[in-house]
Amino acid sequence: MRKRVLRMYRIVRKEVLNPAVKLMDIEAPRVAKSAKPGQFVILRIYEKGERIPLTIADYDPGKGTVTIVFQEVGKSTKLLGTLNEGDYIADFVGPLGNTMEVPKGAKKILGVGGGVGIPALYPKLKMLHQEGYKVEAILGGRSEEYVIFRKEMEAVCDKVYYATDDGTLGKKGFVTDVLKDVLENDKEVDFVITVGPVIMMKNVCKMTKEYNIPTIVSMNPLMVDGTGMCGACRIEVGGETKFVCMDGPIFDGHLVNFDLAMTRLNMFKKQEKISLELYEKEHGGGHHGR
Amino acid sequence: MAVKDRVPMREQDPKVRIKNFDEVALGYTEEEAILEASRCLQCPNPTCVAGCPVHVRIPEFIKAITERKFEEAYKIITSTNSLPAVCGRVCPQEEQCEKNCILNRIGKPIAIGRLERFVADYALQNNIEEEVKPEKKNKKVAIIGSGPAGLTCAGDLLKMGYDVTIFEALHALGGVLTYGIPEFRLPKRIVEAEIERLKKLGAKVETNVVVGKTVTIDELMEEEGFEAVFIGTGAGLPRFMGIPGENLNRVYSANEFLTRINLMKAYKFPEYDTPIAVGKRVAVIGGGNVAMDAARSALRLEGVEEVIVVYRRSKEEMPARAEEIEHAIEEGIKFEFLANPIRINGTEDGWVKSMDVIRMKLGEPDSSGRRRPIEIPGSEFTMEVDTVIMALGTSPNRLIPSTTKDIQVQKWGGIITDEDGRTSRPGVFAGGDAVTGAATVILAMGAGKKAAKAIDEYLRNKK
Ligand SMILES: Cc1cc2nc3c(=O)[nH]c(=O)nc-3n(C[C@H](O)[C@H](O)[C@H](O)COP(=O)(O)OP(=O)(O)OC[C@H]3O[C@@H](n4cnc5c(N)ncnc54)[C@H](O)[C@@H]3O)c2cc1C
Ligand SMILES: Cc1cc2nc3c(=O)[nH]c(=O)nc-3n(C[C@H](O)[C@H](O)[C@H](O)COP(=O)(O)OP(=O)(O)OC[C@H]3O[C@@H](n4cnc5c(N)ncnc54)[C@H](O)[C@@H]3O)c2cc1C
Ligand code: SF4
Ligand code: SF4
Ligand code: FES
Repeated sequence: MRKRVLRMYRIVRKEVLNPAVKLMDIEAPRVAKSAKPGQFVILRIYEKGERIPLTIADYDPGKGTVTIVFQEVGKSTKLLGTLNEGDYIADFVGPLGNTMEVPKGAKKILGVGGGVGIPALYPKLKMLHQEGYKVEAILGGRSEEYVIFRKEMEAVCDKVYYATDDGTLGKKGFVTDVLKDVLENDKEVDFVITVGPVIMMKNVCKMTKEYNIPTIVSMNPLMVDGTGMCGACRIEVGGETKFVCMDGPIFDGHLVNFDLAMTRLNMFKKQEKISLELYEKEHGGGHHGR
Repeated sequence: MAVKDRVPMREQDPKVRIKNFDEVALGYTEEEAILEASRCLQCPNPTCVAGCPVHVRIPEFIKAITERKFEEAYKIITSTNSLPAVCGRVCPQEEQCEKNCILNRIGKPIAIGRLERFVADYALQNNIEEEVKPEKKNKKVAIIGSGPAGLTCAGDLLKMGYDVTIFEALHALGGVLTYGIPEFRLPKRIVEAEIERLKKLGAKVETNVVVGKTVTIDELMEEEGFEAVFIGTGAGLPRFMGIPGENLNRVYSANEFLTRINLMKAYKFPEYDTPIAVGKRVAVIGGGNVAMDAARSALRLEGVEEVIVVYRRSKEEMPARAEEIEHAIEEGIKFEFLANPIRINGTEDGWVKSMDVIRMKLGEPDSSGRRRPIEIPGSEFTMEVDTVIMALGTSPNRLIPSTTKDIQVQKWGGIITDEDGRTSRPGVFAGGDAVTGAATVILAMGAGKKAAKAIDEYLRNKK
């Protein structure tokens, strides 16, 4: 077994954002120094862990920290959730992937985010806001507590709309219901950025295509290395195969084959279930850390 | 003149080994090694040495074996080859040293690779180390990539007294030796032991650094004080065929398949967290070492009943090492020669169901000297397979050239260097698969060595 002495990645802050979502600041000076909005990291919690990709939600080159926000969906994210401030993560590599480009002449940008897509959307809108664009956002989730990062978003957006499945915050319904209203009434919006579940991005893109508004998405396929070496992350864009870790994660949403992307996320469903069940058996299911 | 037969090497029984990932070839005992070594004629003009890209002093180390001076044999080998335990196992010897052995004229050549492996394993077991106490030179060199090219370059520079830092994108060192070549052919403890030796020599290591993303070469040189850089980033970008159905579930690149298994230990899932998904019938496309490794790894996974290698030429043209093809056949891997996939068919929910293949025949030799395969019209047939692994070769990643000032590359992505590894940019050197495209461990090591010399020369002259 390889000993690690040199560089381990310390968790310097942990916050529970809602029952399923946690935030961590990780000490990773090299990553913090080079990060740009839209990029992601790959981390491995311990020696036997898998490599999982997470978007860079914020970064502070001064402190040398990188913020990640993750939803506990399977073994790795649940295990990560049990770690606390002062604990270490074995590996943390990045920043990976490209960063976004805004079309020349765009003035008013609309961000559409769902679930943990919201913190992933945040650094992009923050930068655009700082660069002087008009920025608005539509944020959605199951219920009020699932719509995270509201304070941060409101600080960088001129206006924020909300949508929840149960109506506990903003409009009752999907983000696309709000999107329709906005696009009908506000003819100024000339660029859309959407990050969230694949199905949400698919529906957002379908709608913005009708209104002919250029739209970018941030794809989240399965990954292994994140450096272009394996092709696990491939998707189809405009009929061509692309490696998300190198060519993306940001793509022209009107060209992405979302159905294929959703199918490919199922590749290891059976194994993921085995892994999670084993983990919950060993750790007495529902263990959520502090 | 009659020659004695080659001493065979003990191997795990094929019926047993297809159920495990332990090493197939078990190595020589001392007596076996001495017996094999005694067959060497100790030629005054040894042709074998010319066949070795790093010119291992073959007759000398073999003589030391016959005298039971294993430690001395080790020192002779390591004076030119810093990874003998690796080379003894994976060099294509039948194309190199052993091809040139004089005994080929009258029988089987000396098993040079096996003897080299024996000596290296002996040294590892008995903790024999090279003694080097170089005078420290206060000059920092960055090595990018920790495959055989980078490790060799680092080792040589450390022995010259340079302050060496290795930057590696993955979480583990070793390059293809770690993520590509399977445990049953090259146990990871061997690679780790070789890396430990480098660390003892004083190598600093930073894993999880993707140069070009985490930090650029320009930053390393301008902000972090590295006076020279060696790029040994390999040729990791996998090729696909561009046929319909290639993005269906359970179509893998060999790199993904092997990385999951070797680097991430998916063969030990769920003890290890990284999964691998295979069905019952696996097709592997290609005919090189990578294809053999993928096929034999697949065969060892639970649930796999049949593995078929689909290759567009015939057995004679296969680029894989002869020994590995033999091992694959012994293990029950099937071969479909002169056949090329044209389409992968899927189920409604997106999983591989079968593969359409077309028959090929061999035409005139092409630029590589091998006869070119030509499709036979109307000869399509369907293979019922549920998993497909593409082992079609790899090319260099363009990340570093695209993020570094003044590095020239070939059209296909290879970094342009002179004989000794100098790139178009002063102070930046390169070697191994990143320069040549996918080649061999020993060639990558040779390039690392040459570059170390050139770096030394450059830093001595730089004032
Ligand atoms: C570039 C990129 C950025 C990402 N950013 C974030 C982020 O900021 N926050 C966050 O919470 N997640 C993010 N993800 C998704 C995250 O990587 C996965 O949720 C995580 O790997 C799941 O690991 P697990 O072992 O906990 O679950 P698993 O056992 O692997 O999976 C459990 C369930 O989650 C689904 N799932 C697995 N992987 C993904 C995936 N990549 N995307 C969507 N669903 C998946 C599975 O289909 C399964 O149903 C990102 C993915 C990519 C590729
Ligand atoms: C499955 C397989 C089987 C093989 N079998 C044999 C065999 O039997 N015999 C034989 O002689 N050869 C074999 N080869 C070929 C041989 O392994 C390679 O030719 C050799 O490893 C090349 O060495 P290298 O040092 O140039 O690069 P690699 O071994 O590819 O190492 C490159 C390293 O650089 C790292 N890297 C890449 N980009 C960056 C970056 N931007 N920043 C930091 N690090 C980076 C990579 O992660 C990797 O660790 C095989 C290859 C494969 C894939
Ligand atoms: S390094 Fe390879 S080619 Fe050279 S002698 Fe050893 S096995 Fe033969
Ligand atoms: S050519 Fe063969 S017999 Fe002659 S020295 Fe080399 S290994 Fe020995
Ligand atoms: S994750 Fe391996 S190539 Fe993208």
